[in-house]
This record gives sequence, C-alpha cells and structure tokens, in this order.
Amino acid sequence: MVVDEPTRVDRIFGVVTAGSGLLVLVLLTLVGVFLLLRSRDAFDESGFSFFTRVEWRTDVVPPEIGVLGLLAGTVVVALIAVALAVPLGTCAGLFITDYASGRWRSFLTGLVDLLAAVPSLLYGLWGLRLLSDQIAPLSEWLARNGSWFPPFRAEEGDSFTGSMLIAGMVVSLMVLPIIASVTREVFSQTPPGEKEAALALGSTRWGMIRMVVLPYGRGGIIGGSMLGLGRALGETIAVSLLLPQVPEVTSRILENGGATIAGFIALRAGSDEFTTSGLMAAGLVLFGITLATNMLASVIISRSRSGVGVEL
Amino acid sequence: MLGCALSALALTWLVFTRLTEGSGWFGFMVVAYFSFLLLYGLVTADRLGTLVAADRVVTVAVTTGAVVLLTPLVWLVGYVVVKGVAALRPGFFLEDQGGVQATAAATEGGGLHAIVGSLEQVALTLIMTVPLAVATAVFLNETRSWFRRPVRIFVDAMSGLPSIVAGLFIYAVFILPYAQQDIGILDFNGFMAALALTMIMLPTVTRTVEVVLRLVPGGLREASLALGSSRARSVWSVVLPTARTGVTTAVVLGIARAVGETAPLLFTAFGYDLLNTNPFRTQQESLPLFVYRNIQAASEPARARGFTGALVLLTLVLTLFGAARFIGRDRTGRQARRRRRLPLPETGAAPSPPSPAVAPPPRLPTAVAVRPGADRSSAGDREPPGAATTADPTSEEAPGP
Repeated sequence: MVVDEPTRVDRIFGVVTAGSGLLVLVLLTLVGVFLLLRSRDAFDESGFSFFTRVEWRTDVVPPEIGVLGLLAGTVVVALIAVALAVPLGTCAGLFITDYASGRWRSFLTGLVDLLAAVPSLLYGLWGLRLLSDQIAPLSEWLARNGSWFPPFRAEEGDSFTGSMLIAGMVVSLMVLPIIASVTREVFSQTPPGEKEAALALGSTRWGMIRMVVLPYGRGGIIGGSMLGLGRALGETIAVSLLLPQVPEVTSRILENGGATIAGFIALRAGSDEFTTSGLMAAGLVLFGITLATNMLASVIISRSRSGVGVEL
Repeated sequence: MLGCALSALALTWLVFTRLTEGSGWFGFMVVAYFSFLLLYGLVTADRLGTLVAADRVVTVAVTTGAVVLLTPLVWLVGYVVVKGVAALRPGFFLEDQGGVQATAAATEGGGLHAIVGSLEQVALTLIMTVPLAVATAVFLNETRSWFRRPVRIFVDAMSGLPSIVAGLFIYAVFILPYAQQDIGILDFNGFMAALALTMIMLPTVTRTVEVVLRLVPGGLREASLALGSSRARSVWSVVLPTARTGVTTAVVLGIARAVGETAPLLFTAFGYDLLNTNPFRTQQESLPLFVYRNIQAASEPARARGFTGALVLLTLVLTLFGAARFIGRDRTGRQARRRRRLPLPETGAAPSPPSPAVAPPPRLPTAVAVRPGADRSSAGDREPPGAATTADPTSEEAPGP
C-alpha cells in the first residue's frame, strides 16, 4: 500500500515556499497600509480637498496641498506616451512576427529586451540634454500653425523646452519595449491556418494582417497598452529631470510646465515632516492608480482569446 | 519610391520651411516622413490600385516601427559615449569627490564612492532577492496550493509598482519613525537602498524564473517522483539543476535592472560625496544617484562628471545584458530558438529521444532524462504504482507500458 505522507523535509519545503509566496502578498498590502498611516497628517490637514486642490503650497499657514494638479500632469504625460508608443510598438511587434525573417527576428527580439534594460535615468538624461532642444522647434512650429487645436495652444513668449510633450515622448520610448513585447507575443500565437487561409483567398499581406492578425491580437494590444500606461504613470526619474514640476491643470502640452506625482515626489525627497506626509499621500494615490491599471491590464490580457498563455 | 522620397523632401522644404517657417531638423524629418507616406500611397494607388497601395504603405509604416526601436538606442548610446568619454580616466575608478569644488575641472575626483556603493547595494539586494524569488517561483509552479492564484496576481501587480513608491515605502517603515533616534541601521544607508531595490527586483525575477521552471519537462518531475524521491528532493535535485541556466539569466537581467534604478535610492541611500564602504551605516552614494545629481548641476564640469558616470553605468548595464544573453543562449540549435526565446532545459546525460526540439517539451512523457545528480535507476520500464497518482493533477500522466 502506498501512502502519500509528506516527509519532514517536504513539510519544511511546503512552509518555506508558501511563506515566500505569502511574503509578496504581505509586502504589497503593507505598502498600502504604511503609506496610508504616514499620510495621516496630510489628510487630517486638508481633508477631502486634498483630491480637489491644484496647488501644492507649504509656505502658507495653514499649508495648502492638493494632488489634483500632479494627477492631471501624470495622466496627460502617460497618455501622450501611450498614444505615441502604441502605434509604434504594434508596428514593431508586427514587423517582428510577420515581416522580418529569421535572423532579424531574433535580433529585434533581443533589441526590445535591451531597450527595456536601459535605465530610465539615461533616457531622461538624453532627453534633457539632447532631445528637448530638437523637439522644441517642432513644438514651436506646431504652436504657431496648429493653435486651432486646443492642446497645441501656447502663450506668447513661453519656452518650449520642459514641456509635457517632450516628457511624454521620452516616456514613450520606455513604454515601447513593453508594448512591443506583449504584441509580438500575441501576434506570434495567431493560428497559422487562419493566416494561410487569408493569403490563399488572395488577400495581400496587409489584408491578412487586418482580417486575421489584428482581430486575433486585439485583446493583447489593449492589454499591452494598459500595461504600458501603468508603467508610464509610475515613471519617475526621466520625468523629474524633464518637467519643471509645477503642479497645474492645463491642456497646453507644448509649453514649459506640468508635474507628475512620481517626479514631484522624487524632487522633494528629504523635505520636512509635513511635506513628507503629503508626499506619502500623493504616493498612495499613485500606488492605487497604477495597481488598478495593472490589474485591469492582466485581466484583459488573460481573458482575451490570444493572451491565455502570454507572459507579461 | 526614390522619386516619392525626393518629392516628399522637396514638398516638406516648401511647406514646412518656407511657407510656415518651421525650423529644426527633427520636425523636418517628422513632417517629411508623413508626406512621404502620403505621396507614396497616392502614387502606388494611381499606378497599381488601392489594394496594393494600402499594402505597400503599411509595409513602410511597420518597418518604421522596427527602425524606431533601433534609432533611439543607437543615438542614446552614441551620445552618452561621446559625452562621457571626455572625462573618463583611471582616476575615476580610484577617487571619490572628497575636497573637489563644484567648479573644479571634470577630471578631478572620481566616482569610486558611487561605484562601491552601487556594487554593495546590488550585492545585498541579490542576497535577499534570489532565494526569495526562486522559492516563490517554485511555490507558483511546483506546489498545488489553492493559494497560488492570489500570489500570482499579487506578483503581477507588484511588478508594476512604481519604483519611487518602493523607496517611499521603505522610508516610511524603517527610516522616518526612527529619524531622531540615531540608530545606525535605521537611517539613510545602503542596506535600506537594498531593501527598496529588493521590492523592485523580486517580482520581475520571480516571474522570469517561473517561466523557466515551466519549461522543465514534466516527465523529469514524474520520473523523479516515481523513483520515490520526495517533492522537495525532486525540486532540489531535478527541477532546479535543469533550469539552472534559465535561472541565472533571469538573475543577471534582474541585476541589470537594479543597477540602473534611481528613484528608490533617493529616499533610502540618499547619496553622499565621500567613500563609505559600510552599507549598514550612514548615507551612501550610488552610480545612478551620482549621475542624477551631477547632470542637473549648473556647472559644466559637474555635468561632464555626470556623463562619465552615465557612461560607466551604461557599460555596466550593457555588459550585464550581454552576459545574460550569453548564459541563456540556446544550445539546442536554431530550430528551437524560433519557437521560444527562453532557453530550453538541457537534456541530461542519459540517452534522450531524438526529437525533443520538435514537440513542446512540457508535454513530452518520453523524455525521461534524469540528470546525474539525481538517483538514477531503470526509469520508465515499470509503471509507478502510487507515486504517479500523487503527481500534479494538471500535468499529464505518463502512458502505460
């Protein structure tokens, strides 16, 4: 007779592995709990107006701090980043799966991984010292000729460096590898039979992609974009280098201005106690948003037809 | 096609530079690209029909996507190298910033304190992360607990944790409450930085290791269990050795990620101008912090120092990345590479079936190749009486003789 009785080693093994699994759960919960605890001062002081106030002023009595201006900047920068990265990332994913041949394919796959490995600090440095001077004339041109489009409006005589557009462009480079790798993974799982059927019916390569590959990978594209959005929302160093970090609610993405939660926190590291508790509160808001975005992304990817086995 | 490109350039010059007075070559390129796409589409549509035109235009656009991946990387690397190499000299690796004025020449002082700090912090991070990540990955992949689902969701969620929040968390837990009490270990120091980095690195390494473990053929596990080894034994002697290369790759990639993290260090290591070799006491510098502060400085020499630091950091990251690719490279040939990017587990010394590269490895009940470390006996010619029924219900059972 065979008994499935765990030995002592097995029990220890079970406890250790389950314990480390549990640790992740506990850690993430603790993050929320501690941020909430430490931000009590700020919430006591401002109450609900913390969520509705744009300014962040600690030099007046009583201090007026609010997260709305930061939040608006965060969302605008992240949206610009995703709006730029999604078409490019999808194109890159398509190129890798459906256009490139063997050697190029593995090279580009490695390249995507490499792009993801480059520290965001270096992207920020490059954007700050080199790219922003190249984009500023383009922004100026857009502002001059496209001012009928509200986001392109700019005030006379304002500087065009340090704008949310530039920050969004740099962040989009950091989001690009995530989107490219998710879409590549999804596209590569398209059933070959359906693709061949489309080609056999006489469609062009674009026709095949439009009728077969893109519909099949739609869930993956959406999920990958959400994942990229989550990453863009939390991007810190590059944005803190690029933006002046002045909280405001504005739609003028071309001119100098704007702030994001993460960049603002990074800039104010080592402030006095009350400011720190305000930063904790802002961090809590950021934590909540990114968590929700990422959860939604994984749900979308795993529910879609193509994304069942996809590793993010 | 060439004609289209030329006319696009001419048109852009006319419209962008002349009529609307744009300037800057970046904007010129962007506008020229779109007008090229438009002209190319129109010309092809006129000569070959709209169907072909759409196909061609999309081909161009998709190829652009790939080019856009390549361009910034080359540009960035080139820029950092050109700017950083000017102030690079052996002294950078031997001196700290002690006694160096902000306006002193960029070749004075060095980044030794930053490099030492980075290495110590990353080493501490590794010591904490690797066992935890491997244990969690084993938990997710090798046990049958009902608890796996929530843990997997949380690992996924944690990998999206903004790095600044991780730093803020460590600051809130360990540093802020003890700020006035002057306890060495609970103040800004390298160990705190390592804790914050662990928060960043743990989920990414866990997920990569889990993917690697999933690629270990189920037959190996079943064979080990059928031979009567315990669950822990089969993980330790069969699964982990088989996945060794993959796990190493995951860890090295995790190091590359951790070395460049800046945001969590702002609240934990805090940065310091002098060499501090003790990661458990007082503030410590690290390479990313060094770059971050210097690059924002107003003085030109400080910026040059920052660029040199950035060059060292970039070299470090690229080397680590190259090492990871080298370790994880596919030894089973090109055919397998096309199917999966991750390294296939090596089949051991025992005679393996000739076609492991054709069928997906996890469903290969015939691949009973036990590595030399595990107990070897006549595996496979006897039906295991009871052990196989206790095996993971999700994995397929070996067919009878």
